[in-house]
Amino acid sequence: MSRVFRSPVGVSAAALLAAVLLLAVFAPVLWADRAATIDTTQILQGQSAQHWAGTDSLGRDIFFRVLVATRLSVQLAIMATAVGVLIGLLLGAAPLLIGARAGRWVTAAVNIAVAFPGLLLALFFAVIFGVGMRGAVLAIGFAVAPSFARLTHTLVSTVADRDYVHAARIAGVGRLRVLARHVLPNVGEPLVVNATVAAGGALLAFAGLSFLGLGVQAPQYDWGRLLGEGLNGIYVHPLAALAPGIAVVVAGLAFSLFGEAAARAIGLRTVLSREPAATSQPEPAQPMSAADVVLAVERLRISFGPVSPVRDVGFTVGRGESVGIVGESGSGKSLTALAIAQLIEEPGRVSADRIEFLGQDLRSAKEHRRLLGLSLAMVFQDPMTSLNPTHRVGRQLAEVAEQHQGLGRAQALARAVDRLRAVHLTEPERRARQYPHELSGGMRQRAMIGMGLMGSPALIIADEPTTALDVTVQAQVLALLQEIRASDGVALMLISHDISVVRQVCDRVLVMYAGRIVEDLRTADLAAARHPYTRALLAAVPDLDTDRGKPLTVIPGRAADPAQLPPGCAFAPRCPLADSACVASDPPLAVDPGGHRVACWHADREVSR
Amino acid sequence: MHRFAIRRAGRLLVSLWVVITAAFGMIHLIPGDPVRAALGPTAPAELVQARRAALGLDDPLWLQYLNYLHHLVTGEFGSSTLSGLPVAQVISDRLPATIELALASFVLAILISVPLGLAMAVATRNGRRRPAELAFTSASAVLAALPEFLVAVGLVYVFSVTLGWAPVAGRSGPDSYVLPVIALAIGPAAVLARIVRVETLAVLQADYIRTARAKRLPSRLIYLRHALPNALTATITLGGLILGGLIAGTVLVENVFAWPGLGSTIVSSILAKDYPVVQGIVLIYGIGVLLINLVVDIALALLDPRSTIRKS
Amino acid sequence: MSELRFEEVSVRYGTRRRGHTVVDGVNLTVASGTVVGLVGESGSGKSTLARAAVGLIPLSGGQILLDGRPLPKRTPLQMVFQDPYSSLDPRMTVGASIAEALPRGAFARNAIAAEVTRLLELVDLAADRAGLYPAALSGGQRQRVALARALAGRPAVLIADEITSALDVSIQGTVLNLVRQVQARMRLTMLFISHDLAVVRYVSDTVAVMQGGHIVECGPADDILSNPQHPYTRQLLAAARSGQR
Repeated sequence: MSRVFRSPVGVSAAALLAAVLLLAVFAPVLWADRAATIDTTQILQGQSAQHWAGTDSLGRDIFFRVLVATRLSVQLAIMATAVGVLIGLLLGAAPLLIGARAGRWVTAAVNIAVAFPGLLLALFFAVIFGVGMRGAVLAIGFAVAPSFARLTHTLVSTVADRDYVHAARIAGVGRLRVLARHVLPNVGEPLVVNATVAAGGALLAFAGLSFLGLGVQAPQYDWGRLLGEGLNGIYVHPLAALAPGIAVVVAGLAFSLFGEAAARAIGLRTVLSREPAATSQPEPAQPMSAADVVLAVERLRISFGPVSPVRDVGFTVGRGESVGIVGESGSGKSLTALAIAQLIEEPGRVSADRIEFLGQDLRSAKEHRRLLGLSLAMVFQDPMTSLNPTHRVGRQLAEVAEQHQGLGRAQALARAVDRLRAVHLTEPERRARQYPHELSGGMRQRAMIGMGLMGSPALIIADEPTTALDVTVQAQVLALLQEIRASDGVALMLISHDISVVRQVCDRVLVMYAGRIVEDLRTADLAAARHPYTRALLAAVPDLDTDRGKPLTVIPGRAADPAQLPPGCAFAPRCPLADSACVASDPPLAVDPGGHRVACWHADREVSR
Repeated sequence: MHRFAIRRAGRLLVSLWVVITAAFGMIHLIPGDPVRAALGPTAPAELVQARRAALGLDDPLWLQYLNYLHHLVTGEFGSSTLSGLPVAQVISDRLPATIELALASFVLAILISVPLGLAMAVATRNGRRRPAELAFTSASAVLAALPEFLVAVGLVYVFSVTLGWAPVAGRSGPDSYVLPVIALAIGPAAVLARIVRVETLAVLQADYIRTARAKRLPSRLIYLRHALPNALTATITLGGLILGGLIAGTVLVENVFAWPGLGSTIVSSILAKDYPVVQGIVLIYGIGVLLINLVVDIALALLDPRSTIRKS
Repeated sequence: MSELRFEEVSVRYGTRRRGHTVVDGVNLTVASGTVVGLVGESGSGKSTLARAAVGLIPLSGGQILLDGRPLPKRTPLQMVFQDPYSSLDPRMTVGASIAEALPRGAFARNAIAAEVTRLLELVDLAADRAGLYPAALSGGQRQRVALARALAGRPAVLIADEITSALDVSIQGTVLNLVRQVQARMRLTMLFISHDLAVVRYVSDTVAVMQGGHIVECGPADDILSNPQHPYTRQLLAAARSGQR
């Protein structure tokens, strides 16, 4: 909760709320007499030095009446909220308290009640509980209850489905203990926050009921009642209506804003630490004749504020070549792909000495929409979320052709069906008319690939294209990518955390660690990998021939955090070969005569065990 | 789709039954004798007794319930204890004014909130234009927190009392609609604009938006064709609740503007303890809310191809 | 140590009329002190089987026996879950999470800390980690805590459900080594579930292949690999082989 006070909105809301509460406590003590003094010589006076907000029909000072009314208004709102929260908690936790079967009926009833707006419920209950203060407290409390019950229910059932609750149940922890120990602490904060917001709502609702004459009755008065009395004379004396109105708004806002600021503070993430990332020398890209180069990247750097998750990356992709990028999460491999595709958005910043795709400089200000739309295909990890759920599959493919090839609707759709056939989807006409959720994971990924084939791609960038798929489907999708590459001479950039996937498809592998390429080698040479990280990565993953008698090779420590990179080699803290040279400076990516590139001061040295 | 329609119809019937039963039960939940309460402590005992008999309050509860249902089916809502007019007539006199008000405000709220929310989301995505974001979020927070009747009072003060541009109350010419409709629409419009913005921001982070950008579609298509429909599905769900709230808002706004609708009638009837009228109007409000929820669900089913699957 | 046996176990979701069978008549024996690896794709029913075994999901048919007897109400089975981020209560220290799983009354109040330390050391974590909250730990460390918590319950059988699939490849090896080491040292009976055939083979004595709610093939790990009988097993093997040379 202390985080609330870090935001300016939070601080002002807290100050406002404190002021309202102080006023509620002290105003009646200080000014009750002045607010009650009847002065028949001063009836319905306008604003004056003596009466800042004028007087009412009995000559009482409205300004002081508004101040004194703070206590009753706030008190009633808090009471109503308390009633609502209590009932809401009981109803919302019903499935836990009285068992799932009976709880289901309660939940169903709550779901019906929650559809009705609070004020209508309050009116309904006001009829039952009678006109007056007590009735209004109960009415608003009952009206608040359903939405609070719904909230409690949602929160509780979310937490109750977490694995740590399962683990506690398996460990034999009782129902009530689970509730008290695991569920309530994890739902408490949002419930308190929402109760605060609800108190603001109750304050306004109470003002509404009193304004209608259904709440506080004379001679007592709250803001709503003052407002109702003032409205009758609004032509003669507008301040009498405006002053309590302003009070209601300010107090209501104080509660709601404080609650919302608290809610935001709970969801607040820690800010990235400010530490400049180390820079290193430029890396030479491999020489290759210009005509064969589909993509050339030099000194690519991607920054988010002070943090640079990708640093000095350079490589080329030749026509029809397939290059894999391997790395663990946080290595910068996906960002590299997005940067090449010009898909990094603010606040990310991309800089490079060179990003050339089919001879066009992508860094230039000019948009390369048509070029990229037709010649660069992207395939993403999760085909379920990568296709738009509200559009038919065929339309999503067709719009590429409509946009970039100037085809009409029907022609574009025909092309889409043709492309779906090209990626071996059965019944392509029918698939084109279906929505993404009606297709299986493998079919969706084929459709994504088909989307990339709408133009005539020179490069397909596939970012973890098989990670979300089952092993057997994975093999089919990889086979499809291979087939496309072979038949049309399309280059492929395959990004994966799984070196075995890359090995199946790619000619060359770029191994990334902490935003840099640490090794660039032919797939066939993987057995002769020179960087200790590459070698450890290969040994850490068991395959079908791994010796079961020996423990797997492990890489100690955690993956490097791009926000806190060491000055030297980023892998040094985990590297068995590291010495003072590694800690002092980052090794350059050096190329050997065979085109094999490696960034390590001790490349090839045996790891002693 | 079929199964969805059947389930939805089932839910509507259950909710309708709940509303009817609640309206019936309301009278019986009032502590003490509603007739005595209505006629006042000075009324002679014979009159109270006769009145009770006339209303059928001495019958067993189940019989009263059956009679109530039967009367509803035949369009018989009882008659006002004050004016003696049939409740059905009171409602049919007052209902059009309320519907006009609610519908006009609803349309206005949608017309303001959807384009505004979308534009603000696009303009402030990924932490761009912080000042604009702050201005929008604080202004909409304040407007959303203002209760309709206070907005109404403020509007009356500025436009009727000070400027004299609009009538202060009543329902006469077209200009008498302006203030009540605005007063009623501002709150929901602010809330909806916030929701549209937040939902659009979430949608803009979605993988399929990245796909759309990878297709190099112009931004217009990305936002209108790919982002908007997805943002609206979530918006409609929450918007349904807010539009229900709009019906409740009419009660207060009608009282500020002395609008001759159901809202001003129900309040005066509650104060006068004219329970048959209250009961009838509560029923109408309840049914109104159910209809709005039905419309919302149908809109969702049309907009989001997954929703029918999800619910069945 | 104990033997876990599934006899004709079925699990159905949904109502009787409109539901679907996720696990269909599964027979599987996890012999005392051995590791059975259960491999299958998403939706094959392998995780459902695990959850049914620990009582999180009711059976719709068949029975699960421990040493020939029905499972007691307080289950002697423990489980380690897939997602290291939701398997520890964010508001409880690591030590408290582990202590909660200790058998009630088995340790005196002042002996609990020592036992927690012993369990943490068992999973290669320093004793001072007991005071930390899960947020301060990496994914691999959380999985080790989850393992320690499962061991705290003195399980007759340990069930590991995809415990490495949410981890980075460099971390996965550490957890697999630990599981094997602990299993060997304590002679644990274990059901090890994964979608990754190579991982399952590395850890298990017996491999069971699950598809569409059925166990389609089951046998000693080496036999399954060298001489697969079911076409689906062959498909899985081919997919795993293609990633190697």
